Amino acid sequence: METKLRALKPTKSSRQHQLQSHGVRTSDTLVIIPAYNEAWNITHLIKELKSKGKWDILVVDDASTDGTGRLAEKTNMAHVIRLPHNLGIGGSVQTGFKFANMHGYDYVIQVDGDGQHEVDQIDRLLKLVKLNKSDMVIGSRFNKHKRKANFRSSVTRRIGIKIFEWLSILLIKQRIKDSTSGFRAYNREAVKFLSRYYPVDYPEPEAIVLIGKNGFRISEVFTRMNPRKGGKSSLRKRGLFYMLKVSLGMIMTYLRPKSL
Amino acid sequence: MDQRAPYALDVNIFKMQYIAIIGSVVLLVFILNLIRRKRIKEEYSLLWLFLSFVFILFSVWREGLDYISRLMGVAYPPAALFLILLMAIFMILIQFSIIISRQTENNKNLTQEHGLLKFEHENLKKRVEELEAKPKE
Repeated sequence: METKLRALKPTKSSRQHQLQSHGVRTSDTLVIIPAYNEAWNITHLIKELKSKGKWDILVVDDASTDGTGRLAEKTNMAHVIRLPHNLGIGGSVQTGFKFANMHGYDYVIQVDGDGQHEVDQIDRLLKLVKLNKSDMVIGSRFNKHKRKANFRSSVTRRIGIKIFEWLSILLIKQRIKDSTSGFRAYNREAVKFLSRYYPVDYPEPEAIVLIGKNGFRISEVFTRMNPRKGGKSSLRKRGLFYMLKVSLGMIMTYLRPKSL
Repeated sequence: MDQRAPYALDVNIFKMQYIAIIGSVVLLVFILNLIRRKRIKEEYSLLWLFLSFVFILFSVWREGLDYISRLMGVAYPPAALFLILLMAIFMILIQFSIIISRQTENNKNLTQEHGLLKFEHENLKKRVEELEAKPKE
């Protein structure tokens, strides 16, 4: 026990945190997986993550009904928070931010539970954050050259993504091509901020405006994606309603006084 | 009286007024009683109380309605009444939306906090068990 505690003494980068992590934090990096009914994939994803890097893993089980949380706990490789009722993706991710903030992680990575994000690509995201070039890095499906790389979608969805791209140019003066991507890396300051303010429902594009407006630096890097192996996208397929709701959310976030 | 003749016909307008007064007083008492029994919180009842006073005012003071409708340019006073009523219901519904949004936010925070604390609790329990198991070895 003693040795364990000593190993957990705050690292230089996290010295400001006198808080004790009680054996929770074993790395400076936390991978957050918001998961709702991902039982078919979660074990595989956790094992893959654990094999690829020295980071802690947090699964936020958003009141799944298929035993996702239990399976995640069974692997013994991840911390699991089980929410008592379904909060949606935004609420789950924010729970992860609060956790990261409580335990003093320096870097946070967000990965979708459905396994569409390639674990190999995490280092590409982390690099910019670790070099302190950026506060939030988005893993984008869009290549600089090829307009769309291993990414198929419906017309409505493409229109939606295009509108969000325009909105990002208009509102934060920065072109974010893939604002719906849930493959992201953050540094401590961004996480601290987002643990207090984070949009619900369909949070990714709104979070970009929120982060950009509050003076954080955003960058976007191209990342390969896996084709969906199974399961169903729990969001982003609701067409027009989604588009309107998110556009309104982005504009309102912009109009709001800072950090409200 | 004659000016109102086209729509008043031979309906007993005073009877209607009594019903209106009784109705609004019953509403007021009903709401006050709900507050007394803590079925409505004071802060959420203010709009209702205000509205029942408005109803009482207009049921007692009939010329008031005529006056208001003339002020609003409405030819048919009951239409002005409906308009006021509609606006009042809108106000209350918007207040409900505000309250629901606040509740949703609070609820989300509580749910998150619950999940986080449950995790901490399980974690600490595990560590205490480890500690207690150690000396016996």
